[in-house]
Amino acid sequence: MSDTHAQSVAYVRDTMLPEQAPPVSEAGVIKWLRENLFPGPVNAILTLLAIYFIYKIVAGSLPWFLNGVWTASSLAECREILQGTTGGCFSVLTERWNQLLFGFKYPSDQYWRPLLAFVLLIVAAAPVLFAHLPRRLLVFSAIYPFVAFWLIWGGTILAPVIALAGIIAGLLVFRRTEASGFATASLAGLVSAVVIWWLGGFLSAAASDVLALRPVPSRDMGGFMLNMILGTVCVSLSLPIGILLALGRQSHMPIIKWICVLFIEFIRGVPLITLLFVANVVLSYFFPPETNLDLIIRVIIMITAFASAYIAEVIRGGLAALPRGQYEAADSLGLDYAQSMRLVILPQALKISIPGIVNVAVGLFKDTTLVSVISMFDLVGMIRGPILASTEWNGVYWELWGFAVLSFFVVCYGISQYSQWLERQLQRDHR
Amino acid sequence: MKKSVFLGALTVAGLTAGAAAAATLDDVKARGKLNCGVNTGLVGFAAPDANGNWDGFDVSVCRAIAAAVLGDPSAVEFVSTTGKTRFTALASGEIDVLSRNTTWTFTRDVDLKFEFTGVNYYDGQGFMVPKALGVSSAKELDGATVCIQTGTTTELNLADFFRSNNISYEPVPIETNAEAQPLYLEGACDVYTTDASGLAATRAAFENPGEHIILPEIISKEPLGPLVRHGDSEWVDVVRWTLNALIAAEELGVTSANVDELAQGTNNPEVNRLLGTEGTLGEMLGLDADWAARAIKAVGNYGEVFEKNIGENTPIGLARGLNAQWTDGGLLYSPPFR
Repeated sequence: MSDTHAQSVAYVRDTMLPEQAPPVSEAGVIKWLRENLFPGPVNAILTLLAIYFIYKIVAGSLPWFLNGVWTASSLAECREILQGTTGGCFSVLTERWNQLLFGFKYPSDQYWRPLLAFVLLIVAAAPVLFAHLPRRLLVFSAIYPFVAFWLIWGGTILAPVIALAGIIAGLLVFRRTEASGFATASLAGLVSAVVIWWLGGFLSAAASDVLALRPVPSRDMGGFMLNMILGTVCVSLSLPIGILLALGRQSHMPIIKWICVLFIEFIRGVPLITLLFVANVVLSYFFPPETNLDLIIRVIIMITAFASAYIAEVIRGGLAALPRGQYEAADSLGLDYAQSMRLVILPQALKISIPGIVNVAVGLFKDTTLVSVISMFDLVGMIRGPILASTEWNGVYWELWGFAVLSFFVVCYGISQYSQWLERQLQRDHR
Repeated sequence: MKKSVFLGALTVAGLTAGAAAAATLDDVKARGKLNCGVNTGLVGFAAPDANGNWDGFDVSVCRAIAAAVLGDPSAVEFVSTTGKTRFTALASGEIDVLSRNTTWTFTRDVDLKFEFTGVNYYDGQGFMVPKALGVSSAKELDGATVCIQTGTTTELNLADFFRSNNISYEPVPIETNAEAQPLYLEGACDVYTTDASGLAATRAAFENPGEHIILPEIISKEPLGPLVRHGDSEWVDVVRWTLNALIAAEELGVTSANVDELAQGTNNPEVNRLLGTEGTLGEMLGLDADWAARAIKAVGNYGEVFEKNIGENTPIGLARGLNAQWTDGGLLYSPPFR
């Protein structure tokens, strides 16, 4: 190369120049600051304003945290210790943390039970949430509701075992008789499950001490535990019900279609708080005075109905977003309705619906605090009622509500992070 | 207003259910527990402590009834009720007695078909304002924003008061006393109005109680008392006379400390009748002879209950005022035990 131009070019450099450091303004911290914080006059002003506000917030709240009192036994004592200086009275949290988490009536020597149930919830939820975990763990997930019921409510272990046995028997009978048609098989399965529950009822009544934990009535549940129970149960129940409702709404069978449409439209047209009042107040008029269906169960039924109507609409959106060709492709493969839904339609529709479903789930979890209005002592109910009404802590607000905000934020942020991760996992198109 | 009509309709509908289970006393005895409706939390009147035990002025009434009927002041299932759920809970039979600072009014007694068994606290609605507002009478509150609890008689009294004085106000509806406190302190409302006892309790919890004054006007009569369902007179008697026993005990000088001693027999025939050493008053109620002695032993007489929960030595610091015995110029006046 050098030969070619030896006569035409006076000088050709044949070695590399040593690398020079970039100009100060184009590298390192200064570049980052210039590009991100001060790219122009408007942005510079906004940055300075933001820094000012952050400083104000930190300078205002830091002493409150640092001076916080953790050992006083009442608000008056807190104020005495602080002597007029700024500082939070966090003693209310150290003294009443158990009430905030478990309600004020759950026996304190039994706190390990809901805690264990919570840890097991993580174990049971993991294989459902993360597809790369071994599928055998799903067996535990299936058993978990019964274990959790036994742990939290107590009583003999026979009751949940029999409930589980009834369901298993029902499924087995269903499998055996499936050939004779769906309706017949479901009926046979239901009958066998009911027979087992009925027989088992005598057994558990007769042997109520077998592996019995101290029974705790529903009335005694409270605190964040109650929010977790309501949130977990209602979300996990409303998802399958919501799918069924969404499919039912698209069904060609008029009766099923109209039942689903009526249910969804009615429930969506009514505020949740109204349904909760119905659960608390009106239902007790319809039952004879002796039968007292558990308030938690009534509330779970109402919240589940509410959430499943919303989830049904979210999933219907997912179903509608699928191209018509997908349905036709499934049909042309010779799949029947159940197979085509299970193998072709729902996996795609559910994937599209994930953000919507998570949205409903997060909203639902926060809505569980509404039960405080019907005098159940969830986290918010505990704060609004008993704790703020005690002579010691009457007048403590920021510390308590801050704790509530933090508890809910942790859970809701976790749910939304999971859903984003799941969306990335399921990404099949290459954008 | 609509809400109370709705609740009233529900209550009427629930009467059939209530009437079917008329013998509440037998039910309570068979159950071994008294279902008592209380507030979800009102300082000094009803609140669970750090160990989850209910405590307070209204709670003591429940405990006294349980002690009288079942012999055990802890045999109470406390059902917490809000201002909106309390009447339906009682009408539907979920609770046997409602002891939740409930004002005795004509419509509640007659139209909602309840039976008030007496008055355990004579209250009245007052106003609290910051001193800085420079107001010395409620009649100067024209155009003020007022924090007020919804679903209560205070809401209606307030409307009456402002209308009759021809001045205007802007209500800020709130749900509980605990909610009102920060709103009032932050200045979301100029005035906080509720029962005078509640105002005193609220003010006592402020960092600077001296900066707020309670205006002299008491604009309503609020006789608070326990109530039960219509149509079960035996149960009404039990609740009414348990309350009267506590009041009479103070008048007669019977306290939780000396009740055991006095129950051996005294020279005062009324004390003897009250404590069951003379006569058959307990039997007439369907209880045993020392029903009242048990109730007094469990919670103390009226004066002791008052001092322990809301009296001048507690943070709430209420004076006896109208709630003194009639012999001391108050309104407490138990009919004779005879």
